[in-house]
Amino acid sequence: MPDNPYAIEATDLTVAYQEKPVLWDVDLRVPPATLMAIVGPNGAGKTTLIKAILGLIRPAAGQVLIYNKPYAEQRRLVGYVPQRGSVDWDFPTNVLDVVMMGRYRSLGWLRRPGSRERALALEALEKVGMAPFADRQISQLSGGQQQRVFLARALVQDAQIYFMDEPFQGVDATTERAIVALLHALRQAGKTVVVVHHDLQTVPEYFDWVTLLNVRRIASGPVAEVFTEQNLRLAYGGRIAFLSRSPHADAEEPPTPDLPMPSPTRREEPYGYPESAA
Amino acid sequence: MLQLVLEPLQYPFMVRGLLASLIVGGVCAVVGSYVVLRGMAFFGDALAHAILPGLAIGYLVGGGAREPLFWWALLAAVVSALGIGTISKSTKIHEDTAIGIVFAGMFALGIALISTVRSYSIDLAHFLFGDVLGVSPGDLWVIGGVAAGIVVIVLLFYKEFLVLSFDPLLAVTLRLPARWLEYLLLVLIALAIVVSLQTVGVALMVAMLVTPAATAYLLIRRLPHMMALAAGLASFSGVVGLYLSYYLSVASGAAIVLTATALFGLAWGGREVSRRLKLEASNHDVTG
Repeated sequence: MPDNPYAIEATDLTVAYQEKPVLWDVDLRVPPATLMAIVGPNGAGKTTLIKAILGLIRPAAGQVLIYNKPYAEQRRLVGYVPQRGSVDWDFPTNVLDVVMMGRYRSLGWLRRPGSRERALALEALEKVGMAPFADRQISQLSGGQQQRVFLARALVQDAQIYFMDEPFQGVDATTERAIVALLHALRQAGKTVVVVHHDLQTVPEYFDWVTLLNVRRIASGPVAEVFTEQNLRLAYGGRIAFLSRSPHADAEEPPTPDLPMPSPTRREEPYGYPESAA
Repeated sequence: MLQLVLEPLQYPFMVRGLLASLIVGGVCAVVGSYVVLRGMAFFGDALAHAILPGLAIGYLVGGGAREPLFWWALLAAVVSALGIGTISKSTKIHEDTAIGIVFAGMFALGIALISTVRSYSIDLAHFLFGDVLGVSPGDLWVIGGVAAGIVVIVLLFYKEFLVLSFDPLLAVTLRLPARWLEYLLLVLIALAIVVSLQTVGVALMVAMLVTPAATAYLLIRRLPHMMALAAGLASFSGVVGLYLSYYLSVASGAAIVLTATALFGLAWGGREVSRRLKLEASNHDVTG
């Protein structure tokens, strides 16, 4: 066993849905304490990739190692933040109860969450700036607040590796700042975070690694090396008139929004289904 | 007034009917809260109807005896539930279509079997619309025992069922045995339906599952409170419905369901009115 194994190592990952490949022969190596974005056009298989790594979709081929051991043995190290549209926010429950759900496994069977779980949940809510909302009915939250509740729920799982599906999708500026601060705190604590991301402009600012995906893996590595115009063209197709300059060069200048940004409409995928390649 | 309440209680069959309605209402409402929150009303309705061939076989095999009916009905319910799941998972047929196929097929089988018996219409009516006044002391024990078992299981697995209902993906990533919990919930729904058949019958069963739970859902914001209120409303409907049936000579199952429906209407109407009043008050604040 090497001294410094990858946090995530996926090999030859292939997912097909009704004979049609949605993910083809994807290799992925992510070192520990890395913030990695997965970007690619709609239908590129971004959500499918993390669901396949998490075993929520059964891949047709390939294997996933977490810290050098099969995923099945390491599941307790992994936390998942699904798209917030994946649940019914009219469900009759409050913020604190949702966050405490993250503790249910470590709590074990037949035991009720007690003062310890309550304290952990409040601590996590504090970290995302949601502590004052602990007793709030979840139907009364804004989209950004819902997202932060999901993040707090993942935090109480105390995982080593987090997978987040579009946490920045349609959130307010406060939430965006809260998520970025949280990502940095997680990296500081040695955690690895993989984020499905849509906004190409913020990739160099928020992340240190990036994977460009379009059914196949186009490129994966440190942002400075692989987040190039050529790779973006490969991932998004020739139809984009991408910035003529290096995408992560002038951070002060307002980024030119000339990318064909994927529409912000929600894609609510039923459980177990890969992204449709619409 | 007191006389009105006490008079029916001189008949032991009324007392047993009332007890059965109380118990069944409560347990259906608790299980029904999951049915409402997970959008399984059609499934619940289908499961109730799909029990009919089980009742018919039990009736034919047992020569009219009551005891085997429970087990045959439960068997039919479990077979139907698993059949629906298997069809929708192994083909590209949507779950609601699979429910329709299994539900109608089983129901037709039940009718076909019952139609082979001479006193066809009377027996079919009992199964379809219930016979709460025919509850025997033995039935009451079975109903009570099964209901207690269901409530205990819901309490024991409360937090697991909560995750499963709110966020099934989280249940999987938390490494909960999501599929087994799902089956357990289906079996609980089936059990609740089977013990409730005598009160409202196959045709109106779904109302016991969804109506009180939906009423509570309108009024309450936490799941445990929703379950408690739903159970209270359902038991209340059972008792009031039975009294109405006694004094107005209407079918007891229908009276119980109509009472529950009226309570839903009241809750809904009350909410609308209070919403309008609030809106008006706030408009008034702005303009005045």
